[in-house]
Amino acid sequence: MLKNKTHYKEILAKGIWKENPVAYQVLGICSALAVTVKMSTAIVMAVALTAVTAFSSMIISSLRKKIPSNIRIIVELAVIASLVIVTDEILKAFFYDISKQLSIFVGLIITNCIVLGRAEAFALANDPIDSFVDGIANGIGYGLILVFVAFLRELLGTGKFFGLPVIPQVLFDAGYQNMGLMVLAPGAFFIIGLIIWLKNSLAGISHEKK
Amino acid sequence: MGDLLSLFINSVFIGNILLAYFLGMCSFIAVSKNIETATGLGFAVIFVLTVTSPVNWLIYHGLLAPGALSWAGLPDLDLSFLKFITFIAVIAAIVQAVEMIIDKYSPLLYATLGVFLPLIAVNCAILGTSLFMVERNYTLVESIVFGAGSGTGWMLAIVSIAAIRKKTQYADVPKGLEGFGITMIIAGLMAMTFMMFSGITL
Repeated sequence: MLKNKTHYKEILAKGIWKENPVAYQVLGICSALAVTVKMSTAIVMAVALTAVTAFSSMIISSLRKKIPSNIRIIVELAVIASLVIVTDEILKAFFYDISKQLSIFVGLIITNCIVLGRAEAFALANDPIDSFVDGIANGIGYGLILVFVAFLRELLGTGKFFGLPVIPQVLFDAGYQNMGLMVLAPGAFFIIGLIIWLKNSLAGISHEKK
Repeated sequence: MGDLLSLFINSVFIGNILLAYFLGMCSFIAVSKNIETATGLGFAVIFVLTVTSPVNWLIYHGLLAPGALSWAGLPDLDLSFLKFITFIAVIAAIVQAVEMIIDKYSPLLYATLGVFLPLIAVNCAILGTSLFMVERNYTLVESIVFGAGSGTGWMLAIVSIAAIRKKTQYADVPKGLEGFGITMIIAGLMAMTFMMFSGITL
């Protein structure tokens, strides 16, 4: 089962950019919006989701010939839920503050459509290593959007970057103000909408028909 | 009674599960293309939330919470880390059971809600409500009210956006923003209007 590098590069490119889970497949929006008020929570969430997607895809893929197809959703959910429990316990042990801020959203990785979506769409039809790479790629694709949204929201909303003020005081004196809207829910919706616009325009074509 | 009413209003409008906490976005985007299906899914969500929220409350406080197993002679046992897997299993089982019961006793209701029920098992709004219910330490009655309120809020949001999206079919949306992009921006504007409710005190 020798596969050349381009094969994995192809899988990675698909997950990260070409078929980006958030912007192209419209999956996993819930958490993408909720945890992006600050950079630190966004990054932790992205890492947690990447780990869960990669390992769940790998496990499900290695079990794919043994799972009867009519109960596969339950089996997949059980695998994902167990991995999420492990992730949650690790976060509580080592990053307690961030885990508190993420509150229920770590648990909601279970119902994040990306994880189940990759298990259904990719892991059931491919071998474990490919599935692992695919999980990583989709995790990174999701993470990129997350970090980008968080960057904009934190910078425009509070004038900070990783909790450090970056907007110079001179600007505030000159009348610059933080956009309170960005920290609140609507800001997240607007930014995601604009990112999708950007991505569709870059590709040159609109993917979704009305 | 007043407390429960204000909890209900709060979970429908101010803390709208969809527009303030972003739960259930996937189906919100995917199923909001026409009003009838949105209404059907909305009712299914209200129904499932009102049932799963108290059932998960009973299971959590009866079996999983720290010290809940003291009646079995295990007062130090803390199984709360198992809540994710238990809740998702309970939700999937209830959804399945509800589907079978409706199918047997009310073919008409099944025809309307049937197709949506399997979708609901993986809707984050359902799991999210159960997890919020644990995190906010609601009582059993509060958990029922919270479940029903969240469901109603979710339905209100999805039906309104379905109606708005229907109107935008005739609008001249910039290319590239069509479809999902404009839907997010509409959702953002809706979230802004819902924020105005936060001035209400009961």
